[in-house]
Amino acid sequence: MKELDITAVLENLDTVLQFVDTHLEQAECSPKIQMQIDLAVEEIFVNIANYAYHPETGPATVRVEVRPDGSAVTITFIDQGVPFDPLAKADPDVTLPSEQRKVGGLGVFLVKQNMDDIQYEYLNGSNILTLKKEL
Amino acid sequence: MKYAISKQDGKAVIRIKGWLDSQTAPELDKFVRSSLTDVTDLVFDLSELKYISSAGLRVLLYASKVMLKQGSMKVTGCSDEILEIFEITGFSEILTIE
Repeated sequence: MKELDITAVLENLDTVLQFVDTHLEQAECSPKIQMQIDLAVEEIFVNIANYAYHPETGPATVRVEVRPDGSAVTITFIDQGVPFDPLAKADPDVTLPSEQRKVGGLGVFLVKQNMDDIQYEYLNGSNILTLKKEL
Repeated sequence: MKYAISKQDGKAVIRIKGWLDSQTAPELDKFVRSSLTDVTDLVFDLSELKYISSAGLRVLLYASKVMLKQGSMKVTGCSDEILEIFEITGFSEILTIE
């Protein structure tokens, strides 16, 4: 298991993605799966950066665990910001025509669509979000 | 992420290269917002786009809303990975994809 402690700001997105991708490379996953994971990591980290400690900034921990046989990866995000369960939000209606489509709400939806399992818990003052993807 | 535009007689082609994510999308958003005046035929050439997140999708959605009122818009050259994101998010129904 590898862990990255980082300030949750947008400017650190590249560092977080590089950290995750380095571990995915060891698992030799396909470019398609890597992109799906990158998308989920970006959406979650950016949410923490934008909202968790708003208007201040604070820390986030990103943990990556690749199953020893390389068949799955678990990525955990931990922050001590305001309690926020991204899974509680209703999915956007993706069948609406362009003029009625809202500009927001797609990020968490993309995470849900691209991951195999997502768990959220609020424990001892921390938001803990765990994403799992079969490789 | 890099972008370039070519414009002629109401037709504009915007080429986007590289990673369109939460860090790079605001710059493109600003550019697109200032570039669509007098455009009636807009093409996004995505043949060198490697990655798009919801921040990038928002820019395309904004442009498609504007172009619904003033002309037409299509996207070209999408990779399979980008196409899949359009499918999941319903953008394949909103956008004209070639």
